[in-house]
Amino acid sequence: MSNAPDNSGRRKFLTLTTGVVGAIGAAAVAVPFVKSWSPSEKAKAAGAPVTVDISKIQPGQLIRVEWRGKPVWVVSRTTKILDELGTLDAKLRDPASEEAQQPEYATNALRSLKSEIFVAVGICTHLGCSPTYLPDSFSEQVEGVESGFFCPCHGSKFDMAGRVFQNVPAPLNLVIPPHHYVSESQILIGLDKGDA
Amino acid sequence: MLKKLVLDGIDWVDARIPMTETWNKHLAQYPTPVNFNFWYFFGSLAMLVLVNQILTGIWLTMHYNPSAEGAFASIEYIMRDVPYGWLLRYMHSTGASAFFVVIYLHMFRGLIYGSYQKPRELIWVFGMLIFLVLMAEAFMGYLLPWGQMSFWGAQVIISLFGAIPIIGDDLTLWIRGDYVISGATLNRFFALHVIALPLALVGLVFLHIIALHEVGSNNPDGVEIKRKKGSVPEEEKSKFTFHKQYSEHKDIVDAIPFHPYFTVKDIMGVSFFLICFATVIFFMPEGGGYLLEAPNFEPANGLKTPDHIAPVWYYTPYYAILRAIPDKLLGVIFFGGSIAILFLLPWLDRCSVKSIRYRSWKHKLNITQFTICFIVLGVLGSLPVTPLLTTVAQVASVGYFGFFIALWVYSKNEKTKPLPTRLTH
Repeated sequence: MSNAPDNSGRRKFLTLTTGVVGAIGAAAVAVPFVKSWSPSEKAKAAGAPVTVDISKIQPGQLIRVEWRGKPVWVVSRTTKILDELGTLDAKLRDPASEEAQQPEYATNALRSLKSEIFVAVGICTHLGCSPTYLPDSFSEQVEGVESGFFCPCHGSKFDMAGRVFQNVPAPLNLVIPPHHYVSESQILIGLDKGDA
Repeated sequence: MLKKLVLDGIDWVDARIPMTETWNKHLAQYPTPVNFNFWYFFGSLAMLVLVNQILTGIWLTMHYNPSAEGAFASIEYIMRDVPYGWLLRYMHSTGASAFFVVIYLHMFRGLIYGSYQKPRELIWVFGMLIFLVLMAEAFMGYLLPWGQMSFWGAQVIISLFGAIPIIGDDLTLWIRGDYVISGATLNRFFALHVIALPLALVGLVFLHIIALHEVGSNNPDGVEIKRKKGSVPEEEKSKFTFHKQYSEHKDIVDAIPFHPYFTVKDIMGVSFFLICFATVIFFMPEGGGYLLEAPNFEPANGLKTPDHIAPVWYYTPYYAILRAIPDKLLGVIFFGGSIAILFLLPWLDRCSVKSIRYRSWKHKLNITQFTICFIVLGVLGSLPVTPLLTTVAQVASVGYFGFFIALWVYSKNEKTKPLPTRLTH
């Protein structure tokens, strides 16, 4: 074929144009196949906010609720825990919460709306496991710190404000979801105050 | 009468497709080195396990329900209600581990005898692609029972892609098809596990064997059995008839046909393998928690990670490397790199002597330390993290990557022993 006598320039042109048109066609056909892997409309719709009742939460207790299929923790922090949080800055990666892992109203020292109640998405920022809450045995992980979160998968460590310690695989602090108080005893997770 | 009928039948087929020709070329007249030892069992065993996986897999698909709501219950249904369902499932789950045992030994054989070296680079590359697809296949299969370990294992591995800068988050979302691992993820993994990846696997195995038969098998001496035409005296040539594709342009020494000589030898290997395989299936199908992990007997729960999660044993060396590095992106880079670097082996080894038998003490030492590091990493990857073990894993990771770097350095001007002119046996 390549040594055909006539019109080799014309044949080359036709081969090239056919190839280009074919490639464009193949790319267009690939679109539905690739796009069909994206989240479906059903999955997108299933993101409704949830309400948590915190009236029965005990000091030091962690309750878990499901929001968008993820665990969200609500922890009642004791005064002792809050005192401890102030002493950790030197051991943390991002003590002042400079990375945008939280809404503006939680960009404070305790990463919360109210100091006693801590709300966070319980998913490690390393590879997505859910860390274990160690209320009084965290000192085995970080010397001199009594309570914190320890990820069983790859050993990442977080303090009681969800701030990541240094020298662990997780790069960022835990995510604080949008949330607000509907009343003294009820938190709505998934929406900022004023959002409908 | 009957014989004539059969022969006529064969002729009829041969006139239409090259059946006898293919049989001779790849089996009855394929020159195989005489000095193959037990290391050469694992290629044919890998084919056997592949057949086992495909066959039991098809049968399991008949009873399995690929949905987040029904998957876990359908596994219990297979185990308790389907006649011999337990056996089919244990053959499949044990087969997955057996596949990796056989493949790792097969790769180790290639490593010590230099079977990846010129002109067999493509055989090695196809083999590595098979290994890669096999890892993906096993990973996706592991999600299907929809147990706790299925769920959290998939969560961790898919999150690895999230470490890629810029596109990472969108990519993980695209792979999952949801904001968390869900039924959408399960269904696509099922489709890939039962159709797409097995097709790719079979295609790659075909290419692996075609590439092997084109250049011919290496052997424990690493000395070629095909010599320049006319360079071998008649009495030294192999007495067997080989297919003209091999004998037309080459003189062949120290070779015998694959069939019947090595088919018989491989049957011996198959028998030994099946004894081990059946022992695991019937007496220890869970393999002490290493083949089927305990948390997987609980249905998937997206709110709670099991206290200790570890991948199945065949991933643990790379997983230990991932954990040893206290940085997300670097961890993922070295994790991927630990596999990727194996592809480069044929070009990192610059020595022309193939077999470990005739190479320097440096090479022997390097392969030994590499093997030890690989096993140490494998053990560490299945244990919980402690600061001491993390340090050990870091040292072993250095040994793992150090193997390739050292090899590239010393293989340039390696002091090797003289090669024998004929195979030793």
